Amino acid sequence: MSKIHVVTRVNDEKVEFLCEPQETLLDVLRNKLNLTGTKEGCATGDCGACSVTLDGRLVCSCLTLAAETKGKSVGTIEGVADGDTLHPVQQKLLEHAALQCGVCTPGYVIAIKALLEKNPDPSESEIRYWLAGNLCRCTGYDKIITAVQDLAGQSDKFKEVV
Amino acid sequence: MGSFAYTAPKKLEQALAVLNKHAAEGNRIQVLAGGTDLLVQLKSIDSEPRTILDIKKIAETSQLTFDGDHVFIGSTISCAVLYENAELKEMFPGLTESIDLIGSTQIQGKATLGGNLCNASPAGDTISALFVNGATCVIANESGLREMPVDEFVVGVGRNALQPGELLLGLKLPKPAANTSDAYLRFIPRTEMDIAVAGAAVSVSLDDNGVCVAARVAIGAVATTALNVPAAVEALVGSALDASALQKAAEASSAASSPISDKRGTEEFRRKIVGVLTKRAATTAYARAKGEG
Ligand SMILES: Cc1cc2nc3c(=O)[nH]c(=O)nc-3n(C[C@H](O)[C@H](O)[C@H](O)COP(=O)(O)OP(=O)(O)OC[C@H]3O[C@@H](n4cnc5c(N)ncnc54)[C@H](O)[C@@H]3O)c2cc1C
Ligand code: FES
Ligand code: FES
Repeated sequence: MSKIHVVTRVNDEKVEFLCEPQETLLDVLRNKLNLTGTKEGCATGDCGACSVTLDGRLVCSCLTLAAETKGKSVGTIEGVADGDTLHPVQQKLLEHAALQCGVCTPGYVIAIKALLEKNPDPSESEIRYWLAGNLCRCTGYDKIITAVQDLAGQSDKFKEVV
Repeated sequence: MGSFAYTAPKKLEQALAVLNKHAAEGNRIQVLAGGTDLLVQLKSIDSEPRTILDIKKIAETSQLTFDGDHVFIGSTISCAVLYENAELKEMFPGLTESIDLIGSTQIQGKATLGGNLCNASPAGDTISALFVNGATCVIANESGLREMPVDEFVVGVGRNALQPGELLLGLKLPKPAANTSDAYLRFIPRTEMDIAVAGAAVSVSLDDNGVCVAARVAIGAVATTALNVPAAVEALVGSALDASALQKAAEASSAASSPISDKRGTEEFRRKIVGVLTKRAATTAYARAKGEG
């Protein structure tokens, strides 16, 4: 078995690991780097619980090989808050009670943050389409959408913290 | 049983050498683009060890150029990047729609046009849109490059015309003539995140009086591969896409289809709906070609 040596950046820090050729980024984050905030829901690209950014692009870490991240930059939920200060997306989800069991939440935070960084003032349908790949079995979605609407149009406030 | 390996060469020659070596030794090798089909298949139906050849670092596969009378779309550009390209959207609104329909935002971040085509699913959304735009596959092998019309490239369910030792470098599309445009529509039971029950792509070229002088019609998810529908083209050419021409085109698409029944739709429903989609896609392409879309 030839393990692959990968040097990459995770949440702006240099990270090194050895992985199997077919090992996913999700498995390496959780099992090798102890970054267990990123969740596995389906492992087949359908639920969005494993959402991370790869060079700034929103992707499923379950459909990304760990070896593919060589020389790239990965963003996970662990890099979102600033110490004890929650990111506005996290804060708004809390205020709107937009989570229950919380398994989907890290994926939503990453996806919502990616949306607002690209489009600071999305309409309701833009929000719903952007988040169509994130499934939540608890909240019924409305509270999540309302929380994002509450953040929409506040680009100044948002950009400061991003 | 072999073992898994991963390699991501930066040079096309290196990638082709690796492909050839494996082909010659009879060892399994598979090209990786975005991985949104490959990894799902690896985890479900096909977990056999193989060498995974990641071709995303090869510069030619991520080129998007608009030189001369052709557009070249590198095979590994992600759908998200393609969709954000205003020039591409302006030239091929229908193809761009089909690209945007693939999966969620997360899937878009990795999925590629080349992967959608090479995977050759009957329901692959971009395939019929590539048909109606007269796309040519640019295929690389150790003796150089060869070109093949896209409608010859998909040969069956999950099967393409690549030979051992070959990879798809990209797609070449002729820039649309004046008063020419395209549209793609699919039917899915949900509004997002589902696989086409039926799909239709149409491209039309008009003269100054709004009469259709050339057209292409292709349908998806209603046969083992996407299909050209010459009888629908015949119905459209020479008309201003009036109700009777559209009706004939719809009937031609329904007649050309040979769908299956499954949980997403019955054979009868698919046959009907592919006609309706043809009509609507033709209407949209017509409005766009007139500059009204
Ligand atoms: C949740 C989800 C939703 C999806 N929704 C849709 C949808 O709505 N519509 C749709 O059409 N598809 C959909 N797909 C399927 C998939 O995302 C697309 O087919 C995508 O375009 C595949 O591209 P890729 O780059 O990820 O391919 P990969 O997985 O990298 O490759 C696919 C296949 O093609 C081969 N291949 C790829 N590139 C090349 C090349 N350049 N040369 C030679 N061989 C190559 C690979 O070896 C593999 O066999 C969905 C997938 C998921 C997981
Ligand atoms: S775990 Fe990756 S999308 Fe569900
Ligand atoms: S809060 Fe439980 S799945 Fe979303």
